[in-house]
Amino acid sequence: MSGAAVTASFAGEAADTACAHCGQAVASDRRFCCAGCEAAFATIGTLGLGRYYAERVLDPAARAPRPESAERCDLGRHITTNRDGRRELVLAVDGLQCGACVWLIESVLAREAGLLTGRVNMTTRRLRLVWEGPETRAERLIGAVERLGYRLIPYNASTMAAADDKAGRQLIRALAVAGFAASNVMLSSIAVWAGLVQGMGPATRELMHWVSALIAMPAIAYAGQPFFRSALAALRHGRTNMDVPISIGVVLVTSMSLVETIAGREHTYFDSAVSLIFFLLIGRVLDHFARGRARAAAAQLVTLRLLDVAVLEPDGIVVRRPPESIAPGATVVVASGERIGVDGVVTGGNSSVDASLVTGESLPVAVGPGGRVFAGTVNLGAPLTVNATAAGDATLLAECVRLIEAAEARRGRFVVLADRVSRRYAPTVHIAALATFLWWWGIAGAGVGEALLTACAVLIITCPCALALAVPAVQVIATSRLFRAGILLKSATALERLATVDTVVFDKTGTLTLPVLALAPGSDPAALATAAALAGASTHPLARALAAAAGPVAQIEGVIEHPGAGMEAAGVRLGSREFAGVQDGASSGPEIWLARPGLPPVVFRFAESLRPAAAATLARLKALGITCRIASGDRAEAVAVVAAGLGITDAQAGLKATDKIALVEQLRGEGRHVLMVGDGLNDGPALAAADVSASPSSAADLSQTTADVVFQGDSLAPVAEIITVARRAQTVMRQNIGFSIAYNAILLPMAIAGYVTPWVAAAAMSSSSLIVMANSFRLNRGTR
Amino acid sequence: MNAMLGLIALSIVMGGAGLAVFLWSLRSGQYEDLQGAANRILHDDP
Repeated sequence: MSGAAVTASFAGEAADTACAHCGQAVASDRRFCCAGCEAAFATIGTLGLGRYYAERVLDPAARAPRPESAERCDLGRHITTNRDGRRELVLAVDGLQCGACVWLIESVLAREAGLLTGRVNMTTRRLRLVWEGPETRAERLIGAVERLGYRLIPYNASTMAAADDKAGRQLIRALAVAGFAASNVMLSSIAVWAGLVQGMGPATRELMHWVSALIAMPAIAYAGQPFFRSALAALRHGRTNMDVPISIGVVLVTSMSLVETIAGREHTYFDSAVSLIFFLLIGRVLDHFARGRARAAAAQLVTLRLLDVAVLEPDGIVVRRPPESIAPGATVVVASGERIGVDGVVTGGNSSVDASLVTGESLPVAVGPGGRVFAGTVNLGAPLTVNATAAGDATLLAECVRLIEAAEARRGRFVVLADRVSRRYAPTVHIAALATFLWWWGIAGAGVGEALLTACAVLIITCPCALALAVPAVQVIATSRLFRAGILLKSATALERLATVDTVVFDKTGTLTLPVLALAPGSDPAALATAAALAGASTHPLARALAAAAGPVAQIEGVIEHPGAGMEAAGVRLGSREFAGVQDGASSGPEIWLARPGLPPVVFRFAESLRPAAAATLARLKALGITCRIASGDRAEAVAVVAAGLGITDAQAGLKATDKIALVEQLRGEGRHVLMVGDGLNDGPALAAADVSASPSSAADLSQTTADVVFQGDSLAPVAEIITVARRAQTVMRQNIGFSIAYNAILLPMAIAGYVTPWVAAAAMSSSSLIVMANSFRLNRGTR
Repeated sequence: MNAMLGLIALSIVMGGAGLAVFLWSLRSGQYEDLQGAANRILHDDP
């Protein structure tokens, strides 16, 4: 690169062309942003896959496919070996843009020797590799894909086994069987009903009944299992749920119909029993997959951040290992800008660490030899060597896990709306059916068979088909609506718990504010553009914040990084106070200095900044009648600034994890329903103690797994959105339940009087289910 | 009557065959990646 070009880009010209490979902004006279992209472009051209660039559509939400020199981690424990010697590895793919990327990755892998399967699942963003030969071949395969600009992170074999969706496939199989049976049984039922009018002979009718019975009974035995199991489990614990009346109804109706068939009588209800199961399974399947998708997306978020720790072996070699396999006493090397993977004591290096994700403290803390550092903090300054301390019970993480478990045990079980309704509903219905039987048999003087049949009709009419669909149908629609907005609802009952929330407790650092420090306003634009051109080449958190603040600026070549000090190119230096040659004065908070030849040094200061839409979100929450509070681990002054800026009067500072639990439990003791929103390790226990909890996707892994809701993106707006959607969902659920009960109340006298023939039952059940479904779709209004 | 017996049996066998094919396609993982399948037809085989 010529000196003239350096000067040109230092002058702060905005970039106006995009890199030919990754699509990021570059100076107008260049085709590529970096050597990695140039190499990737050349590789793709050589393999004859150049069409990729014409066919792809870059997704602005995804990471740009820019090759980064990621260090290789220990793959061995992720690889499974099959009996026939084939090896298998599943990896999460980061940077997938569109279908063309899938084609590119698979095409490149197809040219590798020894690979049997290399297939990308675009829905789950996973790459599955199966090959023959040594384990080390994986390095080569992964390297081939990473050179294209994608990042691959191995999935744990145990996580994969847990993600293997057995329950989902069981439900789909049950649904297929129930669908097959329902349609065929309904065919013969319609023939029978037509025959009642047109005069079908008894022999033909009997044949039709037998056909129905032979299809319906095995189908119910198979497809009804999800309900039977759930009902048995509830009864065993002395509870009832919606599945108890469903199971009793289905079993009774089926056996009664069989008796009728054997006796060769007129009415059977096989079609009602089978289509009931079919309708209910549709609800279950939709519900399962909507939430499964949200959970898979949440798991992907956590996996993508999984970083191994660099351990300095006694022989002087640095090896990357997973954090859980590090023994106490091991020496860990933490580069500048890297997240510290273990709890330990610093043995070498002087630096500052950003502990915001652990303690909520927003300002970096200085550490030197002998100082303690915790897993999850970020090393902002010079490289550190850390002596890992005892893993297990002694760590801060283990302490938080214990507190979370204790808080969850105290929280008690939430009873969902559907179960609260069925507690009253099931006994009422069963008593009504029994009374009907006794009245017809004992008082009206009908035969046992006829009385039983009427009682069965009562059970079918009141069988809570619409009632059982009322809640799942709404949940599916609400969950998918939130999913589209980047909000992942992980818990089935979260929606109902969210609807009652009247108090929101926010953590400050990383929740109300952005997880990374941002450039303080008021810097000189020309100096900023120059600094950003240098900062773009660094992975240091402050350098990244500076580059982000400057917007797209042409990157320059020939930047030399001095680890722990700063960046240098063509005589321009960007970095620490000492590196920029500033002698006088002391630093106040995080800062970066820029030194240019012939110009006075310029300082860039960093401060925490509120998340976008924070003020608007709190105003919206207030309008919903919700009280907002802050519970922060940070210093009082920092909390006061944020609280004043957002108009929050109840703000507490300097809280530890146990204090946050105490606050949440005190609020709940006052009868309030608390939503806790937090991201730090120290928020984890309070998240578990609250009625319902939410975390941004930047949160500590533990907090993210504890939270009921995870929201993606920088904006705070999802917090108000989830409560609005939950309240509307609750309204629609109540309407659905009210409608179902009213419907049953009207038809019940008809059933008791014995007017409900099989075709009336079938029509009543289908129409009420359809109305409930249609009503649930109203939730989708006002989205786009 | 005999014709009807045969037709009922035939319809159940055909329906059953459809069910079997669906269960087989489910088992062989054809519904694992619907988004990918929609995109794959646009590109040549790798």
